[in-house]
Amino acid sequence: MTPEELEQIAEKESVAQQKFTKQIRVCVAAGCLSCQSDAVKDSLSKEVARRGIADCQVKGVGCMGLCAEGPLVSTSNDQMYKHVSSADAADVIESLAGSRVQRLHCPTDVPFFQRQKKIVLENSGVIDPERIEEYIVRHGYRALIKVLTEMTPQQVVSEVMTSGLRGRGGAGYPTGLKWSTVAKAVGTQKFVICNADEGDPGAFMDRSVLESDPHRVLEGMLIAAYAVGASEGYIYVRAEYPLAIKRLRTAIRQAERLGVLGTNICGTHFSLKIDLRLGAGAFVCGEETALIASIEGKRGTPKPRPPYPAMEGLLGQPTLINNVETYANVPPIIRNGGEWYAQIGTEKSKGTKVFALAGRVQNTGLVEVPMGITLREVVYEIGGGIPDGKKFKAVQTGGPSGGCLPSETLDMPVEYESLAKAGSIMGSGGMIVMDESSCMVDVAKYFMDFCMTESCGKCIPCRVGTYQMHRILTSITNMTATPADLKMLEELCDLLKHTSLCGLGQSAPNPVVSTLKSFAEEYKAHIEAHKCPAGVCGTKAQGVSA
Amino acid sequence: MATYIAKPAPPNQDKRWKLVDATMRRTGQHSRSLIETLHTVQEAFGYLDEGALRYVATSLRVPLSRAYGVATFYHFFSLKPAGRHTCVICLGTACYIKGGQQLLETVQRDLHVAPGETTSDGEVSLLTARCLGSCGLAPAVVYDQEVAGKVDTQSLRAHLAKWTRHDA
Repeated sequence: MTPEELEQIAEKESVAQQKFTKQIRVCVAAGCLSCQSDAVKDSLSKEVARRGIADCQVKGVGCMGLCAEGPLVSTSNDQMYKHVSSADAADVIESLAGSRVQRLHCPTDVPFFQRQKKIVLENSGVIDPERIEEYIVRHGYRALIKVLTEMTPQQVVSEVMTSGLRGRGGAGYPTGLKWSTVAKAVGTQKFVICNADEGDPGAFMDRSVLESDPHRVLEGMLIAAYAVGASEGYIYVRAEYPLAIKRLRTAIRQAERLGVLGTNICGTHFSLKIDLRLGAGAFVCGEETALIASIEGKRGTPKPRPPYPAMEGLLGQPTLINNVETYANVPPIIRNGGEWYAQIGTEKSKGTKVFALAGRVQNTGLVEVPMGITLREVVYEIGGGIPDGKKFKAVQTGGPSGGCLPSETLDMPVEYESLAKAGSIMGSGGMIVMDESSCMVDVAKYFMDFCMTESCGKCIPCRVGTYQMHRILTSITNMTATPADLKMLEELCDLLKHTSLCGLGQSAPNPVVSTLKSFAEEYKAHIEAHKCPAGVCGTKAQGVSA
Repeated sequence: MATYIAKPAPPNQDKRWKLVDATMRRTGQHSRSLIETLHTVQEAFGYLDEGALRYVATSLRVPLSRAYGVATFYHFFSLKPAGRHTCVICLGTACYIKGGQQLLETVQRDLHVAPGETTSDGEVSLLTARCLGSCGLAPAVVYDQEVAGKVDTQSLRAHLAKWTRHDA
């Protein structure tokens, strides 16, 4: 594969696409698929064939974002339709030449679509994720060609440094710095790993990216491997995401066939082999040292750091681990330059972030927004506010490692530092909105139950501490706790934070700490007045589940 | 001096062991492929029994304790056969906020089955999931591999009734 051949493929594909003057795009990502969007696509294809419309293409595309309104269909005359069923096929096809189908109409001039800025998701909902040609037409693999033909590995690292990109997995470590550490490390072989073990409940950004635009992640990994000098790569993906796995396998096969992946890529000395490794349902494997243990075929238990994986990772060799979204940001940074990326966002948090908006909010789905946007804009403008006239209570970010942000923080900009200051974390991007019908003690207990079950058991503070904290939270929700229990709970928060081995234990108290800070009166009501203000606790049988 | 270890024979004549052997061969019988091999066994047989664990452990030359350790560490692996139908209730945050817990309690009460267990007639296995990633459709339930969104107690009961012929 030479740059000229790549252009030829793009040329051929765009000529082929121009044959179709009309296009119907059906979302075939997991959200809409579970509303039978594949049947919708089939009946649309059949109807087009039956009518003999030669210039109309029906294709499956990735996530369009508004998952709650699926199955979603968009057409070449800029209409979007929601809740489409197989029976609507004829009407949708007729609307291509006439006026839109009013009963299915999904307005796109609303803040949900207008306020977003798409970099990572730019191809999502536009291209067919199972065809490499469509990715190539949309500037795919140009960044790879650029680094291979025009840039040295050092230049690639410094470009990523200029962009100010930070890890999108949660902690926000500067990506360029991580790359330069691995690039400088000495080893017989180096590895790149893509962390697609998206374990946070309530987060589905990585799944959507993998299902909607898998080649972009591969291209990001290829550029990273070139920059740090790696020759082998792994994508560690959750076994719970069968569709993402299938599309990744297809993408790897296609890329190998075209010669943009494998040995002597594009005729250069650079080679990279990428393989998939399936997770098996262990949250702790999102932690990098546990993930490496799992790739080595062992139980996913973390190791103390240092040594960091950048120095001693997989099989003791220097290893670069980045999240799916981080890799997906790399190709546009190389194409448009680090300066371009650094203009977006705030001083310390550059670029955009993809959030999975869920819970008690009108528009649930996937959104990509520039860093620095306020929580209020995300919840009320993009999210459309709280349904059923209920009152906003909190928004939870960062999953079990994050915290609950109360209404006072709504005007805070979304960036790594401000979220940390408010007692939460950016996390991988799950954003769950809660209204007055949620009890914050119950929510804290829910997350503690999660951490308790997912604790790998290697270190005692986490193994025993999460159990004890869960026990106290259960007694609070059962209205049997005493003020002494609350004091013990606070002490345990401190203990776990400072003495646990890995991030899971260290951040397990976060949901408790943040709710204790902002919703102390709810804890008090349970303990002193034996009442649950939200009316959640005490109404059902509660028990310690091991 | 290399020690020659004879390749063990599969626990029985079942053709599906050929799939398992293929996975191990692809990675040169390396111990690193333990998790992948167990994935293949579970995909082919539905669960991991003692015979399977012994066979995989011996073939990959890892102690049985390590194979058992890995099989029990990861939630995805099951050591027991599943029921004829499986009902997975998602308990991700979004589903929990929207009532996933109540759905779970309904199944527990109606079918007298605990999460992770199968009903005594072997009909229905009740499982819970940490997050299916279908948060936009919360609360979500998977009935025999098919994801259903925005489930309420009524539709859940209706679905379960189709599976259990002797309705209580």
